[in-house]
Amino acid sequence: MITRRRVVAGSAGALLLAGVGASAFGAEDGADELIALPGKRPLIKRSFRPPNYETPLGDLRRQYTANDAFFVRYHLASIPQVDERAWRLRVEGSSIKQPLELSLADLQRGFEQVELAAICQCSGNGRGLFTPRAGGVQWTYGAMGNALWGGVRLRDVLNRAGVNADALEIVLDGADSQVLPATPDFVKSLPIDRGLDEHTLIAFEMNGRPLPHWNGAPARLVVPGWTATYWVKHLISIRAEPKAFDGFWMKSAYRIPTGKFPGARFASQENAETTPITEILINSLVTSHADGERLVRGRPAELAGWAWDGGSGISTVETSLDEGRSWRPAQLGEAPSSYSWRGFRAALDTSKAGPLRIAVRATGRNGARQPEQLTPNPSGYHHNIIQTLTLEVT
Amino acid sequence: MKALLLILSVVCMSVAAYADENTIRLHEAPDSELVVARCSVCHSLDYVPMNAPVFDRAGWQKSVRKMIDTFGAPISDDDAKRIVEYLGTHY
Repeated sequence: MITRRRVVAGSAGALLLAGVGASAFGAEDGADELIALPGKRPLIKRSFRPPNYETPLGDLRRQYTANDAFFVRYHLASIPQVDERAWRLRVEGSSIKQPLELSLADLQRGFEQVELAAICQCSGNGRGLFTPRAGGVQWTYGAMGNALWGGVRLRDVLNRAGVNADALEIVLDGADSQVLPATPDFVKSLPIDRGLDEHTLIAFEMNGRPLPHWNGAPARLVVPGWTATYWVKHLISIRAEPKAFDGFWMKSAYRIPTGKFPGARFASQENAETTPITEILINSLVTSHADGERLVRGRPAELAGWAWDGGSGISTVETSLDEGRSWRPAQLGEAPSSYSWRGFRAALDTSKAGPLRIAVRATGRNGARQPEQLTPNPSGYHHNIIQTLTLEVT
Repeated sequence: MKALLLILSVVCMSVAAYADENTIRLHEAPDSELVVARCSVCHSLDYVPMNAPVFDRAGWQKSVRKMIDTFGAPISDDDAKRIVEYLGTHY
C-alpha cells in the first residue's frame, strides 16, 4: 500500500497551511503543497494521480540534482513497481533483423557501460508562468533536473539486434499504462538518427545509483538535448520501424507550431501546421534567490544559477540591472558535458537600500540567445524567456 | 500485452484513489458528486483547481471533450454538459 508523508509548507511568500482540510484548495489559493512520495523528499505536488511533482528551487542548487529530489512526471496513472530481476527489454520491430530480449544483467555485462551528464527537462516546464495561460500541469521552474546518467548506448543495443536500412523511427514503450483501455498508451518515437546517436542511452543509473522508481526504474531512455517527453521510463519495448509511428502522443500531443521555434526537425512526424517538440531551447534559472527576497544592506551577496541548452553548450551568461539596456558577463563554472547545465555567478551590489531589478540571459555556443518574448503555443511549451526578478536591499 | 504480463512481475499500484487525494474537496454544488464520480476514474481532482485560472467555460468544454473523445472517458453527452456547467460556474 502506498502511503505518503505529508509535509505542508508554503513556498516563498505563500500561505502556510496547516491541516488536511485547509490544504485541499492548495492550488487555488496559490500555496504550493510539499508532499513526499515514497522514496522522495517533499516536492511541490502538482497532481496526486497521475503523480506530478516538481523540484523546489532550494533543491536545484547542486550540480547534480539529488535522486530523491528529482521531479516526477506521468501522464497515465497505472504505474507498476517493476521487479528488476524479472524485467526484460524487448528489441523488435519490422526493421530489426534479430529480435532480442535483454535482462538488466545482459545490459550491464554485454555492452559498453557509459556515463553522461545531461539535463532532463519537461517540455512544459514553466507552463504555469505562461501569458496567455495554457492548460495542463502548471509547472513553474522545477520540472527539470541535471543528473549523471549511467547505462548503455541505445545504438549498441540496436546494432546487436541489427537495424535494416529502411528504419525510419525508433518506437519506445514503458511499463506504465492507461487506466481505461480506450486511453492511448504513452508510446513515443524518435527519428532513426537520434536513436543511433552515440549520446542516446538506455540508462539504469542516475548519479551513481539505480534509477528511483519514480524516475523510471529499472531503465529509461535518455535523449540528451531533447525534452523529457522522449525519455521513456520503465522501458520495456524498443522497436525499429520503417513507418512513422501514428500514436496519439506523437500525432496529437507534444507538438508545436511548425517553423516557429529553432531546434532539430523531426521530418517524419511534421506537417504544415505542427511538428513535434524536439530540442531543449537555450534557458537559464537563478537558484540562489527567489523573486522578492530581501538582501541585507552592506552584506556581500552573489547571484547564482544555471544555464543550459539543447547540447551546443553555454558560451555566456549576462546580467542586467537596468531593464536590459546594458549587460555584464557573469562568471561561468565548468560544465561536465555540453548537455549538462552550466553554473553562473555574479556579485550583487548591496551598498544602497532599494530594489535591485535583475535580468539574466544566456547565450549558447550556437549563437542562440534567450528571447524577451514568449512564442505563444497552445500547449505552453518552450518557456525560455529572459528571467527577471527583484531583490530588496534593506 | 500477454507477453508483458508474463515477463514482468509487477505489483500494480491500486488504481483506486491514493490516500492523500481523498482530502481534495471540490466546491459543493449540484453535480459536484457527478464530477467526482466521472473525473476521478482516471485522475485526481487537483487537476480541477490547478486549471481553474486557465480555463473559462469554453476551455472546460474543450477539456471535457478531450477526455471523452481522445482519452475514451465513458461519459454521456448529458453528463458532459452537466460537468462543463459545474466547472464553468465554480472554477
